Amino acid sequence: MLLEVKDLRVNYGNIEALHGISFSVDEGEIVTLIGANGAGKSTTLMTISRQIPHVAELGGKVIGGSIIYQGEDLLQYEPHQVVSKFGISQVPEGRRIFGNLSVLENLMLATYARKDKAQVRKDLKRVFEIFPRLEERKHQRGETLSGGEQQMLAVGRALMTRGRLMLLDEPSMGLAPVLVRDIFETLKEINAQGTTILLVEQNANMALKLAHRGYVLETGNIVLEGTAAELAANPEVKKAYLGG
Amino acid sequence: MTLGIFLQHLLNAMQWGSFYALIALGYTMVYGVLLLINFAHGDIFMVGAYIGFFIATFLLGLGAGTALALPSWVILALTILGSMILTAGVGVTIERVAYRPLRERGANRLYLVITALMIGLFLEYLNLSTLGAADRGFPELIPTQVYTVGGVSFTNIKLIVIGLSVVVMIGLEMFLRRTKIGIAMRAISYDKVAVPLMGVPVNTIIAATFVIGSSLAALAGIMYGSAYHVLSFDMGILIGWKAFIAAVVGGIGEIRGAMVGGFLLGFIEIFVVALGQVPGFEWLSSTYRDLVSFTILLVILTIRPTGIFGVARRQKI
Ligand SMILES: Nc1ncnc2c1ncn2[C@@H]1O[C@H](COP(=O)(O)OP(=O)(O)OP(=O)(O)O)[C@@H](O)[C@H]1O
Ligand SMILES: [Mg+2]
Repeated sequence: MLLEVKDLRVNYGNIEALHGISFSVDEGEIVTLIGANGAGKSTTLMTISRQIPHVAELGGKVIGGSIIYQGEDLLQYEPHQVVSKFGISQVPEGRRIFGNLSVLENLMLATYARKDKAQVRKDLKRVFEIFPRLEERKHQRGETLSGGEQQMLAVGRALMTRGRLMLLDEPSMGLAPVLVRDIFETLKEINAQGTTILLVEQNANMALKLAHRGYVLETGNIVLEGTAAELAANPEVKKAYLGG
Repeated sequence: MTLGIFLQHLLNAMQWGSFYALIALGYTMVYGVLLLINFAHGDIFMVGAYIGFFIATFLLGLGAGTALALPSWVILALTILGSMILTAGVGVTIERVAYRPLRERGANRLYLVITALMIGLFLEYLNLSTLGAADRGFPELIPTQVYTVGGVSFTNIKLIVIGLSVVVMIGLEMFLRRTKIGIAMRAISYDKVAVPLMGVPVNTIIAATFVIGSSLAALAGIMYGSAYHVLSFDMGILIGWKAFIAAVVGGIGEIRGAMVGGFLLGFIEIFVVALGQVPGFEWLSSTYRDLVSFTILLVILTIRPTGIFGVARRQKI
């Protein structure tokens, strides 16, 4: 098992947002975490990335549980180490690209901890092959990109950290259906080339088509789990997340 | 005003502008990464000048009068380098001891600003109580030479101050464009939450910002000492406030804004005084200098509230 989250509990002030959730991700898998607004999906990813509790602005605290990755508890590490030491990258909710940096600078910043210059160049070429639009706009400031291009940049940036595990927080948000299909197609390719993916989505339809397995998160509890096909066929999931 | 006199004022303005700009850079860089107005920064300038004073005095004493005495340019270089390094240490220590614990607890920014004010007072009174109220005379590290070219006279010190400042600022600009640490500094000023996701250790970047800001203030302190030779415990207060205002007028958080704002303030101050020597403007005595220059800056801010280079930033969480 690559990642195992056990009994994870997270608080915001007096409000408990995660009530002891457990799930796991195997090497090479695409696992999806689906759930409605406020279910705790972003909280889960931010906790794995150790942004909670280290980024004070987010205001969360871990009050119990463990996050075991390759046999080590991530809760003992700082946010940058999760990326540089363990190779867990994240495409955060709302993309959060650096609008004041050029596209190229955004991508290069993601290689901050890397020393393998030759491989960095190859990875940059690969990102530009996957997203030719980013190459055309490489000297443009991030904030001048369209929403879809910003999402491409956010995924490209995560690729440049050369993570083994990529966490994605609602990459479909605010994108036209065509673009969503493109991005999901890309995720499939990235996965086929060896990156494990944990995908958080409200768009359960697309997510369950792409993923191997999934979990359903409801107000801080995991209420269902199964293979993607099982979940897609589940009447409750159909009713709550698949619009029928 | 003849061309010669104008050029002379211009050089004076650039020298003062250099002091303001170097200090303003520290304000603006720390604001960029922490959204903190580091009100202790003017006093860091004072600390830099005093550390430079002690290093220079010590080096001048080494084998003084004998053949072993160090050449003056070596003393100057060691004084600048030593003071920049030690003052950077002071800046980083303040960050580590006073600001970081508050940040990590998610304290309101107001508490950080108040803490910064207190640190400034602490440095002033630490100086006053340990070194006494008497001013110190900063030694002449390189003999002052006066050159006169076509009616314009200027000192070698002035040229060194202006030249060194320009070189340092170009270097800083390149550092921020070309290095990963520099890019990370700019990234933090845009979105602090996303930076650790890139594998960037945020605390290291913040420390690096204090290293650069404090060492630039130390450089300004030594240049100031070399040009005016008088150091006092409160020397950083007014110049610090003015540099802060220069940073705001340039657009706080913007590197170029600090440079332009600093030089702009230098120009306004010198030329307000210069104008007072022109027939018909005698009423504009030098006591009006600050009043007039701040009026001009207020007008600029009224027209452009975000400063010359500043852009209204979206409120980021
Ligand atoms: N900073 C915060 N302070 C207080 N409560 C918070 C904070 N951030 C999140 N919460 C609460 O924690 C719960 C989980 O939020 P989270 O952002 O993880 O949900 P989500 O599943 O990602 O939702 P969405 O689909 O809308 O992004 C919500 O009830 C939310 O209101
Ligand atoms: Mg969310």
